[in-house]
Amino acid sequence: MTAAFVAGADASSEVPLKRRLKRAERTRRLKALALILPLLLFLLFTFLGPIAGMLWRSVDDWEVRQVLPHTVAALADWDGKDVPGEPTFAALAGDIRTARDAGTIAIASKRLNYALNGFRTIMSGTARNLKTLPEPGTAKDTLIGINPAWGERATWVAIKGASGPLTSFYLLGALDLTRNLDGAIVAAPEEQAIYRDVFGRTFTISLGVTVLCLILGFPVAYMLATLPTGQSNVLMIFVLLPFWTSLLVRTCAWIVVLQSEGIVNDSLRWIGLIDEPLRLIYNRFGVYVAMTHVLLPFMILPLYSSMRSISPAYMRAAASLGASPVTAFLRIYLPQTVPGIGAGSLLVFILAIGYYITPALVGGAADQMISYFIAFYTTETVNWGLASALGAVLLLATLLLAVVYGKLVHGQQVTGGMKN
Amino acid sequence: MDGGMVTTAQALVRFVGVQKTYDGEHLVVKNLDLDIKKGEFVTLLGPSGSGKTTTLMMLAGFEVPTHGDIYLADRPIKNMPPHKRDIGMVFQNYALFPHLTIEENVAFPLTVRKMSRSEVKERVRSALRMIKLETLAHRHPGQLSGGQQQRVALARALVFNPQLVLMDEPLGALDKRLREHMQLEIKQLHETMGITVVYVTHDQSEALTMSDRIAVFNDGIVQQIDKPDALYERPVNSFVANFIGENNVLAGTVENIEQGFCRVALASGGSVVAQAVNVAGAGAATALSVRPERVSILTDGQAPDGMNALPAHVQDTIYLGDHALAVLKVAGNGEFMVKLPPGAHAGLSHGQSVSIGFRPEDCRALDPV
Repeated sequence: MTAAFVAGADASSEVPLKRRLKRAERTRRLKALALILPLLLFLLFTFLGPIAGMLWRSVDDWEVRQVLPHTVAALADWDGKDVPGEPTFAALAGDIRTARDAGTIAIASKRLNYALNGFRTIMSGTARNLKTLPEPGTAKDTLIGINPAWGERATWVAIKGASGPLTSFYLLGALDLTRNLDGAIVAAPEEQAIYRDVFGRTFTISLGVTVLCLILGFPVAYMLATLPTGQSNVLMIFVLLPFWTSLLVRTCAWIVVLQSEGIVNDSLRWIGLIDEPLRLIYNRFGVYVAMTHVLLPFMILPLYSSMRSISPAYMRAAASLGASPVTAFLRIYLPQTVPGIGAGSLLVFILAIGYYITPALVGGAADQMISYFIAFYTTETVNWGLASALGAVLLLATLLLAVVYGKLVHGQQVTGGMKN
Repeated sequence: MDGGMVTTAQALVRFVGVQKTYDGEHLVVKNLDLDIKKGEFVTLLGPSGSGKTTTLMMLAGFEVPTHGDIYLADRPIKNMPPHKRDIGMVFQNYALFPHLTIEENVAFPLTVRKMSRSEVKERVRSALRMIKLETLAHRHPGQLSGGQQQRVALARALVFNPQLVLMDEPLGALDKRLREHMQLEIKQLHETMGITVVYVTHDQSEALTMSDRIAVFNDGIVQQIDKPDALYERPVNSFVANFIGENNVLAGTVENIEQGFCRVALASGGSVVAQAVNVAGAGAATALSVRPERVSILTDGQAPDGMNALPAHVQDTIYLGDHALAVLKVAGNGEFMVKLPPGAHAGLSHGQSVSIGFRPEDCRALDPV
């Protein structure tokens, strides 16, 4: 017995206890890792990959670089103060000829048109009229002759700005910012500055929906958590019922209910409360109603699970110690539901931020959220750079929120005093 | 009637004809009459489902009596909400608020009473000193051991000087050693502070250790309410005799009753003399109750005059350190226990025939089981 003990002590002095523990746990950890490996790979290909791709696209600037390589090279040393010299014009003329033959001129002109409105016309006109390569030394005059815009500094600043390989153009654009001719960051022209508004609207609607879900969901969750198990299970089916129907169906159902000739308006008119149909849909009201309805379960479930873990003994204890029901609720019950409120609100808010189909179906033009514009730029105008930049800003905002929430919850747990 | 008035005046808590049913069919508490005096430590003891916890919950205000009235300091409290009753309560699993520190937990009953900050601080400090946990004031309940949490729950229930303190199996979750320690601690608090305590437990040794009086509940009825020693020495029915302590039961029929004693014919033949406590009369069935320590094994097989003697067969002997038990078969009862001094079991072997003897005063004829 003593001998064994001494031997054990010797072993521990040779190999540190920590390392021996690690060695003992290694197999188990490898097994655990093997179990999650399929999911890890799946996420890597379907989630992390696309997100990285999207983030890359928001700063990638390849079009002009690929189509007008010599021009980009010639502009590398341009100081941007004056219209560049003859060699740059010659390079441009050569690039345009090559691009026209290759049929790639539209790629570059689309990108340049983002930077300078009307660039598409300049490019196509020049490509059309530049029948042959100008004589050496006459490229500048020839091009300015075809389109006087080539003699303006702004045209060349646009090309230089779009020459990549990386650009802040899209990200700035997503924040209603742009660069002026001298490269300083300034506010975008008023008619183009819409995204801050859209982001603001997105956050306002999401916040509103979150608050509505909390107000409506809290009592439901409380009831579910306090009713006997049998009854609460039946009610829980009703909470989960929406998950069994498609989001599209649920949203369209609201159109049926809320439209001018819909159930609500018809009923109100029938009982004589109104003469003219109320405008309940294709406006902000419709968006709030439909989104709150769709997202309510995501609030109720975390609230329910946090309330379920609060023993009724706490409220009894509070009452026996002299707290009125209201005091007991505010000082004992409510603080213990904070993790549930936080989780539910975060879930609803983050889901709401990304909502696209519901506002698109039941909202008006002024109720479209950021996802609508992302979809618009992805599918309609194929401006993936801007779509990615809007997505990146949205992702950043969401991540920021998640971090703030994580800090709050962590703080809660520390003050909540759970052992370990 | 006069005597009744006196007890009424002294009683802090009075249950008068209280009934309680949850389902409208079956009464959980049947016609409860119970007086608890100021400064008394009364334990409600009984098996689970006997109505003791329901009784406590009615007193605390979490359950409403179906019938009858409860008086606290001569005021009916049937319709008074729990937070106005001024009753401190210690719950089974302590119910310490997990999001508050120990200090905030103990301060809670004071702050809801809107006491001044300085007084709250002073009272909390002295309460924590009382339970010797001053150093843990800023911890959360989850960081404390079971015994420490128990003490905090106690301090929280006492800090606002309630006129009555209820305890619902407060020591149930603690291990044996800690439980015994806490029993003494609660007992001391009761004595030094002069508080009135109503204590619910199903542990009879806990009840015997701590209580001034014990109300033994079974089937919604108080079977007997008495001091611990009286309850053990003089149970009034078979349920109490069996529930409190070890008990040997012998079934028989009453032959005659004379001056408080009766002769009982045992089912297996033979007869003994017993105190007639709870028997209907001659010819009625009865269950005799004899405590193991009141029985001796007769070495010479001869009982002294006036002592009951019965033949027995040794089934087993159990060594328990400070004493030993002999398990005998007596008059058809194969689990008849006799308590022996240490070492005395050595001479007994399985199957051996012996004689046992006990005095009629130590044998109580009770209602048949």
